Amino acid sequence: MKTFKRVMALVMVAALCLVCFAACGGSEGETTSSAPADSTSAPAADGAAFKIGSTGPLTGEAAIYGTAVMNAAKIAVDEINAEGKIKFEFKYEDDVADGETAVNAYNKLMDWGMQILMGPVTTGSSIAVGAKTFEERVFSLTPSGSSTDIIDGKDNFFQVCFTDPNQGTGSADYISENMKDAKVAVIYRNDDAYSQGIHDTFVKEAKAKNVEIVYEGTFTKDTATDFSVQLTAAKAANADTVFLPIYYQPASVILKQANDMGYKPTFFGVDGMDGILTMEGFDAKLAEGVMLLTPFSADAEDEKTQSFVKKYKEAYGDTPNQFAADAYDGIYIIAEALQKAGCTVDMSAEEICEKLIAVMPTLSFDGLTGEGMTWAKTGEVSKAPRAVVIKDGVYVTPGK
Amino acid sequence: MSKTKAIKKGSVKTIITYALVVVSFILVTVFSKSGMLSRSTQGLLVPVCCYIVMAISLNLTVGVLGELSLGHAGFMSIGAFTGVIISMSLQTVIPSTALRLVVAILCGMVTAAVAGFLIGIPVLKLRGDYLAIVTLAFGEIIKELINCLLVGIDENGLHFIFNPTGTKSADDLGLSEAGKVIIKGAQGATGTQTIANFTAGFILIIVALFIVLNFVNSRTGRAVLAIRDNRIAAESCGINITKFKMIAFVLSASIAGAAGALYGMNYSNLTSAKFDFNTSILILVFVVLGGLGNMLGSIIAATVLYVLPEALREFSDYRMLMYAVVLILVMLATNNPSVKNLFMKIIPGKKEKEGTVK
Amino acid sequence: MEFLSYLISGISLGSVYAIIALGYTMVYGIAKMLNFAHGDVIMIGGYISYITVSSLNIPGWLSVIIAMAVCTVLGIVIEGLAYKPLRSAPSLAVLITAIGVSYFLQNSALLIWGADPKTYKPLVDGNFKLFDGQLTISFVSILTIVACIVIMIALSLFTSKSKMGKAMRACSEDKGAAQLMGINVNFTISVTFAIGSALAAIAGVLLLSSYPSLMPTTGSMPGIKAFTAAVFGGIGSIPGAFLGGILLGVIESFAKAYISTQLANSIVFAVLIIVLLVRPTGLLGKRIQEKV
Repeated sequence: MKTFKRVMALVMVAALCLVCFAACGGSEGETTSSAPADSTSAPAADGAAFKIGSTGPLTGEAAIYGTAVMNAAKIAVDEINAEGKIKFEFKYEDDVADGETAVNAYNKLMDWGMQILMGPVTTGSSIAVGAKTFEERVFSLTPSGSSTDIIDGKDNFFQVCFTDPNQGTGSADYISENMKDAKVAVIYRNDDAYSQGIHDTFVKEAKAKNVEIVYEGTFTKDTATDFSVQLTAAKAANADTVFLPIYYQPASVILKQANDMGYKPTFFGVDGMDGILTMEGFDAKLAEGVMLLTPFSADAEDEKTQSFVKKYKEAYGDTPNQFAADAYDGIYIIAEALQKAGCTVDMSAEEICEKLIAVMPTLSFDGLTGEGMTWAKTGEVSKAPRAVVIKDGVYVTPGK
Repeated sequence: MSKTKAIKKGSVKTIITYALVVVSFILVTVFSKSGMLSRSTQGLLVPVCCYIVMAISLNLTVGVLGELSLGHAGFMSIGAFTGVIISMSLQTVIPSTALRLVVAILCGMVTAAVAGFLIGIPVLKLRGDYLAIVTLAFGEIIKELINCLLVGIDENGLHFIFNPTGTKSADDLGLSEAGKVIIKGAQGATGTQTIANFTAGFILIIVALFIVLNFVNSRTGRAVLAIRDNRIAAESCGINITKFKMIAFVLSASIAGAAGALYGMNYSNLTSAKFDFNTSILILVFVVLGGLGNMLGSIIAATVLYVLPEALREFSDYRMLMYAVVLILVMLATNNPSVKNLFMKIIPGKKEKEGTVK
Repeated sequence: MEFLSYLISGISLGSVYAIIALGYTMVYGIAKMLNFAHGDVIMIGGYISYITVSSLNIPGWLSVIIAMAVCTVLGIVIEGLAYKPLRSAPSLAVLITAIGVSYFLQNSALLIWGADPKTYKPLVDGNFKLFDGQLTISFVSILTIVACIVIMIALSLFTSKSKMGKAMRACSEDKGAAQLMGINVNFTISVTFAIGSALAAIAGVLLLSSYPSLMPTTGSMPGIKAFTAAVFGGIGSIPGAFLGGILLGVIESFAKAYISTQLANSIVFAVLIIVLLVRPTGLLGKRIQEKV
């Protein structure tokens, strides 16, 4: 027993030493600004490349979104570098979807020499980092931070995805036009800015358009396992449509539990719902008839989407979701804007920022998440949300 | 004779603690002025200060009072949101950011102290793990209550809505055109003017240290220590247990509130979800690793452990795993006699370092 | 009718809490430590079951047994590597180590299985209807409730009748005296961890059968809730953990239904605080006379 203890202690000491060395290595890495191969795409051979950084969650609850953005951005960067018109170097830092860590990550990127920020991924982080980039004049384009608070009052911050109010209005419009006399129940996540933001506008717009809302239920991160109470209440209120302005992960649980209790309303989701069909282990039959507004579908027939999905699948083994598509577009938007503005690699972040701010409102961009996207000076994107319905496990346009 | 020696030993340690904080402040300021600090290091300064103050505050509860608190982030949260509301509403009244920061921190302290008092009434009746779970419960309750809070300001003053059913939004605040929403429920405070800085953090650490160290050496502090060491003996000596426990608890809460207020004004976005059970645990880890009742230890542990995950960034995916391994190994190394001896033998140089950390 | 439906979902949720709480309580009763990593063992159990079903294509019940076996081994390993060396250390040191283990398990799961949520395939499917279809009860709920009751009774019998169970109780009363009576205390504690972890695997499978989303952080909130449940019923008491778990589930369900979905957790915690004020050692906890 004693020898066992000794051996074990030795193993632990060895592990600790390893960690210590590793940590030292880390601090050295900092000064030489060399980055691990994992989170950086290979820089251009001649070294003259724009340094694009991004932050998003790679660990924690929201890791899936951050991972999707990182993967897709790398694909886009590699494609652009291969084409050779413009060279990018890309670095991605983990921010755990937390404002504090995001600011730390942003500072780290600035030490690295970042010239343009294609992030952060989540709303809270975007607001926290946005205050910094505005002050320090770094051009920022968030692929997926959708709250209006992100761009509010900041001329340097732009969005690839829809804003929350935009989606709330879009959903209310669609329901009032196409689903007459619907009795709507809303189930949303109350401690999440995205979900709350869409809910607030949806309810306001629905009232204005005489859509009847019979039940509003909330849940929080801590109670996101059991929805039977909310579903029972919605059923008791005779709701025939359930609006779910939430991400697909809790939505998948809601669909399953509704099915378990034999409740079959029309479920209506927003862009966060995209990804539900590709969720590992999810029974696509449960999602039959679910409607959602989404800018992207991995099943779309066009060549651009097909090639992106193929590349993504080859590289990472997963089907890309809407976050990935937004990030892919984000990199291309930056590339196009840089070329149009005539920016060169040796410019400082501030110079690039001012030039891009001037160029963005004049841009019209065709990407995976929309044709002819344009931007207002405020940073808000204008693209048409597309309503789809899930039939036999694929998205189809309703009515067809 | 032995008594004077003990006091001397204590005051030497106190002096070392202050000296360390002052010297590191001067060094960091000099380095940062001369541009030798990277941006990421500079960005860490204020949060490190906040966490140090939090660790000092929690050490008062756990180390000096001897009660395990698992909801300390709740007090930080109260302080932070009070600070943000105060600072945003006084923007025009007090144009000087330094003065506004001080006022906001003081208000954060007061509200956290009031919350500490209210929570202390039920909490301090319980003991051991039962007390711990109730502090956890209060931490979670504070988090959810703030999630339901909508606050805005216009020329008529502050507007509050408590929104437990989730059916109201910021539009229901009834703000005038010039109004501004400060807290939007779960979306938290957005667009806060960031007025915190490292100097303020440093002063806060010194003040917190001053309060806590003087408290521990005061008559009240000795009574609290007596309660920690032997409650029954203390009671039989005529010490009013509830009163002294409450004093220490409220003091600890108010310091946490100050740390929270500073934290809240360092980020333009603040959500109450940030101050959850994990944050409470994070601070508890600082305190336990630094040594119970050892303020210097708390300061060092908070700094090292906060910087560690940032320093491990290069390892991206593996960094939290490493953090966990380091945590377990340090606990084993400092608490298991055979592992400890082995460390002493293998790495003689480590001896001193471990001594201070412990 | 909604009332009944809320009640059943509450009991079903409570049963899951109760099974987790049973594991918590057993470990606490004997090792006197709060094993914060317990919730993460649940998550590991869930992943093992998920992986074996999806990759080896074996029936669900077999995957549960595999998950139980893996978790049992995991529990013993964790105990041996991280907790046993700290047997004589202050309880806070053990608590922090448990937190370290919890982080370790979560991040290992993140590295091994990735961040994207997986949908767990329930052990049983379907439901039956009562009162002309007004009340629907899923088979999963029934299975969970039955499993919980069976486990509770089995554990009670085990601790009161079997030799090992008696040794456990002896250790929880007084480790020194137990050792003098010839009980191998270290072995007894390891067995307790093994049983607790096997229960965690079952809890994981049942939890995911009702709430099918599987992520590396899946176990943490149920873990905290179960800890609350164990304290609610009186930590260290097996019937207490059962009662605490069920009550917690029912209160949570009713709070969501009739007061506020948002404050459901707060209401649960508020009830806990009130109960502890009236009965400072939980509903069925023993009050231990303090010696001077």
